[in-house]
Amino acid sequence: MTHLEKLEALSVHILREAYREFKSLVMLWSIGKDSTVLLWLTRKAFLGHVPFPLLHIDTGYKIPEMIEYRDKFAKAWHLNMLVGENSSALGSHQTFPDGKLNRIECCKALKSEALKHTLSGEWPRKRFDHNLGDYIIDQNVEAFTGVIVGVRADEEGSRSKERYFSPRDKQNDWDIGDQPPELWHQFKTDFAPGTHIRVHPLLDWTELDIWEYIAKENIPIIPLYFNRGDGKRYRSLGCYPCTKPVDSTATDIRGIVEELKTGKFVNIAERAGRDQDKEDGGGLETLRREGYM
Amino acid sequence: MKDSNLQHQMNVVVVGHVDHGKSTIIGRLLADTHSIPDGKLEQVKATCTRNAKPFEYAFLLDALKDEQAQGITIDTARSFFKTEKRRYIIIDAPGHIEFLKNMITGASRADAAFIVIDAKEGIQENSRRHGYIMSMLGINQVAVIVNKMDLVGYNEQKFNEIAREYSEFLGRLNLRPVSFIPISAINGVNIGARSTDIAWHKGPTVLEQFDAFELKDSRTSLPFRLPVQDIYKFTEAGDDRRIFAGTISSGTAKVGDEIVFLPSGKTSSIKSIESFNTTEKKKASTGEATGFTLTKQVYVKQGELMVKASDPMPLVGARFRANIFWMGKAPLIREKRYTIKLNATRSSLKLVNIINVIDASDLSSEKNKQQVDRHDVAECILETLRPVAFDLVKDIKFTGRFVIIDNYEIAGAGIILEKVADQDSTLHDYVRDREFSWESGTISPAERAAIYGHGAKFVVFTGDETTTKDIIATELEKQLIHSSFKTYYLRMSNVIRGLDSDIKYGPEEREEHIRRLGELARILTDSGQIFITSVTNVDDYDIKTLQLLNSPHEILVVNIGENKFNSLVPDLNLEAGAKAGAAVEAVFSLLRQKKVLLDFQI
Repeated sequence: MTHLEKLEALSVHILREAYREFKSLVMLWSIGKDSTVLLWLTRKAFLGHVPFPLLHIDTGYKIPEMIEYRDKFAKAWHLNMLVGENSSALGSHQTFPDGKLNRIECCKALKSEALKHTLSGEWPRKRFDHNLGDYIIDQNVEAFTGVIVGVRADEEGSRSKERYFSPRDKQNDWDIGDQPPELWHQFKTDFAPGTHIRVHPLLDWTELDIWEYIAKENIPIIPLYFNRGDGKRYRSLGCYPCTKPVDSTATDIRGIVEELKTGKFVNIAERAGRDQDKEDGGGLETLRREGYM
Repeated sequence: MKDSNLQHQMNVVVVGHVDHGKSTIIGRLLADTHSIPDGKLEQVKATCTRNAKPFEYAFLLDALKDEQAQGITIDTARSFFKTEKRRYIIIDAPGHIEFLKNMITGASRADAAFIVIDAKEGIQENSRRHGYIMSMLGINQVAVIVNKMDLVGYNEQKFNEIAREYSEFLGRLNLRPVSFIPISAINGVNIGARSTDIAWHKGPTVLEQFDAFELKDSRTSLPFRLPVQDIYKFTEAGDDRRIFAGTISSGTAKVGDEIVFLPSGKTSSIKSIESFNTTEKKKASTGEATGFTLTKQVYVKQGELMVKASDPMPLVGARFRANIFWMGKAPLIREKRYTIKLNATRSSLKLVNIINVIDASDLSSEKNKQQVDRHDVAECILETLRPVAFDLVKDIKFTGRFVIIDNYEIAGAGIILEKVADQDSTLHDYVRDREFSWESGTISPAERAAIYGHGAKFVVFTGDETTTKDIIATELEKQLIHSSFKTYYLRMSNVIRGLDSDIKYGPEEREEHIRRLGELARILTDSGQIFITSVTNVDDYDIKTLQLLNSPHEILVVNIGENKFNSLVPDLNLEAGAKAGAAVEAVFSLLRQKKVLLDFQI
């Protein structure tokens, strides 16, 4: 087996394990390349089907093309698509772009808080109704006990310490010092009432693996990742006030792979364009302990 | 570094006693091979300056705040790097005893291992314990790094002493290290480059040793084993394929192969190999997470082991001898029920006997220990509640190892050494003891039957269709009572909310529900009654358990709808949707045939 085949097999195994063990399961889809690969791997695992809902946390500041892309594929692949948001923070303009919060606080409000309350079912979830062709408020308010997330170990220090199956307590807290052992394809799939599990099928993938796999499988990725004539492309997608495109000539997947292997990005961290990571020494770690993905 | 399309990747773990310098070695290796993203080194250095701390290479890895504060690695960190030969993931495992389960997590993913020993401190407790764990995890490519050679003046004799002593220890575990490498991580000696300080060392540098490890997978030539992870039928999406899904742990299978499921023993053959976004597949091999459809539909539960009829069969049994490593906060004891996860199956598990407990830090053993404590390694006899399929670790290690769950946590890991005969399993022992001390009154069962005018019996209705079963059972009770037979029909829902209200309702608890039902049947049949109940989806093993627990009285099994038993033949098979009247008549005639009811009484 090649390296990519091995990565694919382990991810598929993890997804199947999650589906078998958790009755109330959801997958986070940020529309970015990693979680889109995760969605593709799900179709691999379940032979063309996606047997659980997908959740997108909409901060209201996402690049508009991301929303169009999301809805296009929700329709095409007949996805059970859910959307959640922090409507009170957005409604009262308590955000960084409104000048009320710093970047970290804004991420916490629009992403971590929105995610936490959408997962628990306390805040409304919008579900894509395939008959109406639009979003309606979902009647199901049951808490999700298994959450599949596309984080990778190479992204940042604290992520390299994650487990494939990582428990979170009632407060969504992550106890880094006391994580379950994982060995021989056996994971922590038993959990006490009130706790839930984050599942990380992409943990062993690198940014380059992701792109090589996208190329190999011909996965329809959002075109924001490509230079479309202005000499710029996004390397990592987020909210437009905090995510800057990078200078690049890569117009297609092949171009990106070349750029990552030999070109200008070979030694530059992927999240270098994300401003919130730089605010304090352990910025992302602080956010992750509090439930950020 | 030259770029190439490197198709192969190797996972290498670095273990050893706390403070012997694992993280420093890796940090230095990454820096020397220019494997660190541009911003990172500067970022970590800037953080050090801000906190007025001298920079250390270990900080690159110990990127978490907690770890920097305590100066130790608390979890495995993964780093990526590549040589011209292949790509590597280096797993930095913590050396502190408190974080042993993290170390095991990291090491279990490795193809090869470096064990680090401090030249000045020499071999420590965890140097030995980690060696033991490498052998138990089945990692047989091990190289030993003797670090901090600068602190002993790059003395060759000191190095040789450590090498000799540690070789001797590993030898007792049947591990032969591929090399011993003297280095100084802090000075960058013998990591990426050689140094005149250790001109006497003729073996590889750390970097050379990486490429010298072999990445070979001999699993494809082993017998075919597929733990059935799940069975899919996405009918609501208009898909009528019934797919047996799982990851092939060894061997190869192709379309047309005859297959056997164990422990059920059901057979079929492979119709197709299913996949998404690939060309049609005729063959699937070790490591692939795949799916099969079968020519003949068989009823098999998830967790069975799918094997090829032409291959050597795995073993099936409920008792085995194993080496286990315990990580649980609470000790492993005899009085408690645990859960085993073995391949894709789960079962309730009991510790039968501790043969001996080994101190992994010096390999001394203790024979009379009554429990297995945290960080102990023990050889013991374990018993699953129902038979499971497995291989011995010496034959096929991938299907011969398991984990033990205690209180929601993976608390132990083990390898199976030998199958142990289970004719006198715990349940048999238990029933024998119970019957031996059972105290009856002065009325014998025969006398009771003569007075009541009928014998006692435990009648179990099984099958998928709950409603039909309940209607028939209710009608049977009514007609028996109206014919003056002492009868009682018990609905399982009453038991769950009453007698069983202290236990949950889940796959592992199911066995306890069955046990209590069996005990209840023993009492009611002893009272001379015809005791009727209906249970959904019982299998051969459940019936055997009920039969055993209800003994010396007998059980009658009435199956409704498709017969899903493996080898058990129900006393009566009724068609799905059978009418109550006809069904009751059939049961009556069965009871007559079994001499529970005598003809003249009807």
